[in-house]
Amino acid sequence: MEALISLAVKAIFVENLALSFFLGMCTFIAVSKKISTAIGLGISVMIVQSITVPANNIILSYLLKPGALAWAGFPNVDLTFLGLISYIGVIAALVQILEMILDKYFPPLYNALGIFLPLITVNCAILGGSLFMVERDYNFSEATTYGIASGFGWALAIATMAGVREKLKYSDIPDGLQGLGITFITAGLMAMAFMCFSGVKL
Amino acid sequence: MSQTRKQLLVDPLVDNNPITLQVLGICSALAVTSSLNVAFVMSLAVIAVTGFSSLFISFLRNYIPNSIRIIVQMVIIASLVILVDQIIKAYAYEISKTLSVFVGLIITNCIVMGRAEAFAMKNTPFNSFVDGVGNGLGYSLLLMCVGVVRELFGSGTLFGITILDPVNNGGWYVPNGLLLLPPSAFFIIGFLIWGVRSWKKSQVEAREYKIQSLEVH
Repeated sequence: MEALISLAVKAIFVENLALSFFLGMCTFIAVSKKISTAIGLGISVMIVQSITVPANNIILSYLLKPGALAWAGFPNVDLTFLGLISYIGVIAALVQILEMILDKYFPPLYNALGIFLPLITVNCAILGGSLFMVERDYNFSEATTYGIASGFGWALAIATMAGVREKLKYSDIPDGLQGLGITFITAGLMAMAFMCFSGVKL
Repeated sequence: MSQTRKQLLVDPLVDNNPITLQVLGICSALAVTSSLNVAFVMSLAVIAVTGFSSLFISFLRNYIPNSIRIIVQMVIIASLVILVDQIIKAYAYEISKTLSVFVGLIITNCIVMGRAEAFAMKNTPFNSFVDGVGNGLGYSLLLMCVGVVRELFGSGTLFGITILDPVNNGGWYVPNGLLLLPPSAFFIIGFLIWGVRSWKKSQVEAREYKIQSLEVH
C-alpha cells in the first residue's frame, strides 16, 4: 500500500506528465484559456487515463508479452512489436465507448465533456501514460494507481495554467510574445516550481 | 506546378511553422532536445512518418469512408511508427533508450494527424508527400534550434564534440545545468516564438484586452 501511495505522489507531482514530460502539450496550450473548460478537459483526461492504463496493462500481460499467450497454447509467441498499434486502438475504442455511454446515460456530463472526448484520443498524455506503464513494467494495481494519479496530475497542471492565463490576459505583454509565447514561458516557470517537488521523500 | 511544390516544402519552415504558428506537436519537441544526437534521430523519424503517412493516406483518400477516416489514418500512422521504432532499435539502440516512449508518441503527434486531415485527404499523393516532408522539416528546424542552445550551453558540446571546454575537464566554461532540465525548453521555445513573431509581424496574435494608453498633459 505504501508503495502505491508513493507511486501516486510521484506521478502527480514529481513526474507530472504535462510539466516534466511535456505530454499533452498541444491541448495543454490550446485549451487552457478558461478555467471552466480546462477543468472539464482535465476531468475527462483523468477518467480516460484511469481506464486505459489498466486496460492496456491487461492486454500487455495476457496477449503481448513474451510467453503471455501460454494460456492459448502458444508459449513461444512474442507480440510486443504490436504494442503501439494495440494501445492506440484500445484508447480510440475506449474513448468512443465512453462517449456513447455518457451520451446515453449521463447527458449533462456528455454535454459538458462531449467536445473534449475526441480530442483525447490524440492526446499524448494518454498514450504516454500507457507507454510509461509498459516501460516501467507495472503490475495491475500499480498500473491502476499510476493511471489515476498521472491523470490527476495532468488535470491539476492544466487547471493551474488556466488560472494563470485568465489573469495574464489583462497584462501588458510585448507584441511578439502575445498569446503563445508568454504561455510557453509561464509553463516553464510552472515546470520549475513543480521541480521543487522532486526533493520530496516518502 | 514546381513553384507550388517548392512552396509546399518551404512554407512550413518559417512562414507557417507547425510549432510556432500552428501549435502542433509540441510535446516531443520539448522532451528530446537536451542533446543534438537524439534530436536529430527524432527529426528524421518525424520527417519519415509525416512524409509517408501523407503519401499513403493520399493514395487511399478516395477509398476511405468519411465516418471511419480517423481510425484508418491512425492505423496507417501507427504501422509506420512501429516500423520506424523497430529500425531505430535495430541500428541505434543507445539512442532508442534515451528516446524511450517518445518515438511511440509520434503516433499522437498532432503534426502527423493534422497534415493527414488537412492536406492529404484533399490532394494528390506527390503533393501530399512534399507537404508532409515540409512540415516535418519545419518541426525539425525548431527541434534543432532548441537542441543547439540546450546542448551547447547546457553541457558545452555539439553532437557530443566539445566546443566550450567545461570547468570540470580543466576548461573555462561553467555549464548551465538548468538548460538540461525540462523547464528550459519551454523558455527557449517561448523566446524563439518571440523572435519569429517580431520578424514576421503578421503572426502576432491580437490582444484580447487593449491596454488603455495614458495621455500625459
